[in-house]
Amino acid sequence: MYKVKVYITLRESVLDPQGTAVKSSLHSMSYDTVSDVRIGKYMELTIEKNNQDIDALVKEMCERLLANIVIEDYRYEIEEVVAL
Amino acid sequence: MKFAVIVFPGSNGDIDMFHAIKDELGEEVEYVPHTADSLAGFDGILLPGGFSYGDYLRTGAIARFSNVMGEVVKAANEGVPVLGVCNGFQILLEAGLLPGAMRRNRELAFICKPTQLVVENNKTMFTSGYEIGETITIPIAHGEGNYYCDEETMKLLKQNNQIVFTYDGENPNGSLEGIAGIMNENGNVLGMMPHPERAVDQLLGSADGLKLFQSIVRNWRENHVVNA
Repeated sequence: MYKVKVYITLRESVLDPQGTAVKSSLHSMSYDTVSDVRIGKYMELTIEKNNQDIDALVKEMCERLLANIVIEDYRYEIEEVVAL
Repeated sequence: MKFAVIVFPGSNGDIDMFHAIKDELGEEVEYVPHTADSLAGFDGILLPGGFSYGDYLRTGAIARFSNVMGEVVKAANEGVPVLGVCNGFQILLEAGLLPGAMRRNRELAFICKPTQLVVENNKTMFTSGYEIGETITIPIAHGEGNYYCDEETMKLLKQNNQIVFTYDGENPNGSLEGIAGIMNENGNVLGMMPHPERAVDQLLGSADGLKLFQSIVRNWRENHVVNA
């Protein structure tokens, strides 16, 4: 069994309207040292183990559905766990 | 001409679209569920607005993998006219039938109001009934209409005259170059955030959207007669 954590954020080159709004809010609260806020998504996938290449599988799922690679970047962590 | 209005779980512009075609345009139209295996017999495909699959993950991201979308892609590649409005536009982007992607509106708010659009290209099967540069009134209703594409794609959009509609004056959502609607390179797939099907009668505040549907039918008939 694998536990996979997927992190998705807007690409650096893409303006993040939510991040910009949150940054302004932090500034108005006097957190002046905050220079950037990027808002993203976090997903946890539990995947059964078989003979497939788990890294290739997760990458494929990210590219096809979980992230929109036109505007989003993704990264992931794969952890092998013992099924309960 | 026979139109299909594709209905996804969460579509809410399907009835408006059906009404525009049947009652205002006077053409044949049928609802086609997202589970359908075939679009045979349809001459035009309409992807309506709404919140397909609750906008989960990203707008249009899940609808794009629904059963009927394989047929929509096939028909689009065969040259069948495909119009995606609002969520329909978002689905066309996710499906890769149109380039680019949608971001949340610049001000993060859902915007619902009439907008003025400029017809940037009237040499299309969707807009031949308009004058070039004509300003028309069509309402918008969306939270994610902030169109984005990379510089290379923008260059191609301009080079191929794929930008069909832009917002006149104030840009409501922050979309690049004020883009409100684009088409594919072949010119048979149009995606637009404003709702032409909600502007088909003066009673609705504007009838400017009707010409778009009339253009589709007129161009289809001309081809049909030539090919017959």
